Amino acid sequence: MAQHGMDPTAPLTGEPTKKTRRKLAKEMRTQLIGFGFMIFLTTMAFISIASDEIPSGFAIPFILLLACIQVVLQLYIFMHLNERGNGWQNIMIWTAVLIAIPTVASLMLLLGIVKY
Amino acid sequence: MSNTNAQTKSVVWDWLTTVDHKKIGIMYLVAGAFFFALGGFEAILMRIQLMFPEATFLPAQTFNELLTMHGTTMIFLAAMPILFGLMNYIVPLQIGARDVAFPFLNSLGFWLFLFGGILLNLSWFFGGAPDAGWTAYVPLSSEYSGTGIDYYVLGLQISGAGTLIGGINFLVTIINMRAPGMSMMRMPLFTWSTFVASTLILFAFPALTIGLLLLMLERIFGATYFAVASGGNVVIWQHLFWIFGHPEVYILILPAFGIFSEIIATFSKKRLFGYSAMVFATLLIGFLGFMVWAHHMFTVGMGPIANSIFAVATMAIAVPTGIKIFNWLFTMWGGRIQFTTANLFALGFIPSFVMGGVTGIMLATSAANYQFHDTYFVVAHFHYVIIGGVVLGIFGGAFYWWPRMFGYRLNETLGKIFFWMFLFGFHLTFFVQHFLGLMGMPRRVASYLPGQGLDEMNLISTIGAFLMGVAFIIFVVNIFVSMKNKETSGDPWDGRTLEWTIPSPTPEYNFAQTPLVRDVDALWYEKYEGEGSMKAAEPLGDIHMPNGSILPVIISLGLFIASFGFIYHDDGWTWVAIVGLVITFGSMFVRSIKEDHGYHIPVDEIKKGGK
Amino acid sequence: MADQHVQTLPPSPEKATLEGKNKYLGFWLFLGGETVLFASLFGTYLGLRGSTVDGPGPSELFHLPLVFIMTMILLTSSLTSVFAIISMKKGNYKGLLAWMTATVLLGATFLGLEIYEFVEYVEHGLGFTTSAFGSSFYTLVGTHGAHVAFGIAWITTLIIRYRKSGLTLTNAPKFYVAVLYWHFIDVVWVFIFSVVYLMGIGG
Repeated sequence: MAQHGMDPTAPLTGEPTKKTRRKLAKEMRTQLIGFGFMIFLTTMAFISIASDEIPSGFAIPFILLLACIQVVLQLYIFMHLNERGNGWQNIMIWTAVLIAIPTVASLMLLLGIVKY
Repeated sequence: MSNTNAQTKSVVWDWLTTVDHKKIGIMYLVAGAFFFALGGFEAILMRIQLMFPEATFLPAQTFNELLTMHGTTMIFLAAMPILFGLMNYIVPLQIGARDVAFPFLNSLGFWLFLFGGILLNLSWFFGGAPDAGWTAYVPLSSEYSGTGIDYYVLGLQISGAGTLIGGINFLVTIINMRAPGMSMMRMPLFTWSTFVASTLILFAFPALTIGLLLLMLERIFGATYFAVASGGNVVIWQHLFWIFGHPEVYILILPAFGIFSEIIATFSKKRLFGYSAMVFATLLIGFLGFMVWAHHMFTVGMGPIANSIFAVATMAIAVPTGIKIFNWLFTMWGGRIQFTTANLFALGFIPSFVMGGVTGIMLATSAANYQFHDTYFVVAHFHYVIIGGVVLGIFGGAFYWWPRMFGYRLNETLGKIFFWMFLFGFHLTFFVQHFLGLMGMPRRVASYLPGQGLDEMNLISTIGAFLMGVAFIIFVVNIFVSMKNKETSGDPWDGRTLEWTIPSPTPEYNFAQTPLVRDVDALWYEKYEGEGSMKAAEPLGDIHMPNGSILPVIISLGLFIASFGFIYHDDGWTWVAIVGLVITFGSMFVRSIKEDHGYHIPVDEIKKGGK
Repeated sequence: MADQHVQTLPPSPEKATLEGKNKYLGFWLFLGGETVLFASLFGTYLGLRGSTVDGPGPSELFHLPLVFIMTMILLTSSLTSVFAIISMKKGNYKGLLAWMTATVLLGATFLGLEIYEFVEYVEHGLGFTTSAFGSSFYTLVGTHGAHVAFGIAWITTLIIRYRKSGLTLTNAPKFYVAVLYWHFIDVVWVFIFSVVYLMGIGG
């Protein structure tokens, strides 16, 4: 519901304030560093599988850990979950993760083939 | 562009295009009541077949179809939509909002549900209804059933999408659109339970979506997730179904708990005992509801440790439920209790639901579950929680909010006759079924042999079912007989919450001025601590309203048409699916590129309509 | 707001109106639901990934270089959509459209490679109905691919619809949630390349 007198179709003009500008410049740096780190994590994951030196008993948990780190980076850097006013978003996403874990685990393990 | 006057429309067009949460709520109620009557009729047919041993009233195949459609209809097309109707009408009023967060999506949710429900029921006329039970276990549903299951899969997929949309809409409405002063911990319990139920919808329905998608791909496109010969596993379906299915029963019961919390506080003339404990218990039930699904699968062979974990988690739910039961009792303790029909339903609910809860704990005992599994004991259990909880809640809520929604009060005398007859019929039907189950009568079987001690109790059960049927007819009569009792007061029950602060009938914009909330039970606080009416949080001004749209109907219709293309895809109907999807995505595209900024109701008109 | 047609740029134009706030929150909630949706598909895949029956298994099919290239492309498209939002907040509407176009192009490349990959697998004997592994693999990765396709169609629609309008309070939240959706696709892909491809080859 647009406030009365505010035209939702009018182009937004003008420049961002100095403060916003500084914030955006800083954000640009954060995003680039985050991206670099994600590239690094991805490469590490691929190398640890491609290399014959690393035993799969180590490589599999390692790449899953890297995947989790990378997802957290995506959520908090690219998707800005860390910004103020995102409390409900955080609650709901982590609740979803909490429900996703037993979902995956049970579909993987509790199929009546191996008894637990 | 904004224009100041809504166009005058014909009545039918108005209802087809409405995005008003109150009208959508009423449409949910009407459609839900229709499906409730249909599901009830299916139940009565089954009870007639089971009235005497070796009866031949229905062929076994028809019985299978009836039991499947009865369960599916009651859960997806009756109980949930009726609760959605109450939520739609009442929740925005309880939080002091003029509208829901997404009026267009709200309407889309309703039409998806309706077209999904119609699709499911059309199966009766095109090759037979689904016959694999409401749980549609594979391989029965994937390899040994006819087109009925395709209708089941697509009908539920469409209506499930509608439910998911509705759930997100309620969540955003409750989080973002509360009136000033209405903190989360001042929200009425019905709003709280709607909030938690919507969260469950958000996280449970995707599992059903995937389950149905897999079943559809398996049946129609030859995938092999469940086909054991090709390396599939049937237990995957059971997990996916119950990861959805168990939260689903909490989606049904939590709003009913919320309704009772409102009714009991109002008619005890007391603030709800232990408000914060009630909120906490609701959240805890919601959370635990997600962690117990495998108790439906104790006999599958997951193993003893897995069974034990799920057994203990299930029993843990008794704790928050017990907190709720005691809080209701303590609310009544020392109150000036009024025995209105609405309150009778609340009072009848407590012992009935506790009985269902106790058998729930019995079923949760995984070792004993091997004995109870797939018998009438299970049937008795879930009817005690669903009728004794959800249906009594729905009727209680109907009597309580009827003056708000329809502008007249239901007749109390007829209401009380209805209540006693329904309650008596319900216990008569299902109490004996506990013993039928313990004696070994399996559920979902079309007949039984004479002379095994099952005859009398089956007859009693059928008589009870007829009583419930007659009671429902009395309720329908009551609706029409009472129409003349126009209710002019907006607050017929000396209410406590915001929905009773506005005039009757409810204005289109709900609140001329957004109210300022100063305590839990905002209206009650103003009555006893303030000046008797709500303080306004804003000056009178023009009110912005969304425009109606026919697109939700068209989007839903497109999916409805596409479903036939999928079902008969082997007969060269693929083009129908394409046409349907083009209609759906085309109208979504139109919605996306056409901006609609609604209109304003001018302040003069609000002053005229206000008092 | 003295003049109806000149409005200054707020720091977060996507959340400047109640409608924008609702859309933003509602979309995050939707992503929560999508999380469980993909969890169901991952679980199904993990439960069935050993059931190759007579068909080929993961280690015979998957090639790391192709998956690596696809991953890098999708990750880069996530970055370009971040640049699009930074341009939006700077009031640089042309930049927003340009970065969004770059995102769409990278997404389309990814989708093309995925289709190529599927065709390749079918030629190597893994059809949709070959085995439970095949069915669950194509369903999981295909659902992700369908999300990419939908995202491409969605963002393209936005770019064409608003090519001349300039940034407004109505279209800012639309661009913003489309970008959120795009990031989410990338989040899901992180698990797909780890769980499906790397675990498929490495053990």
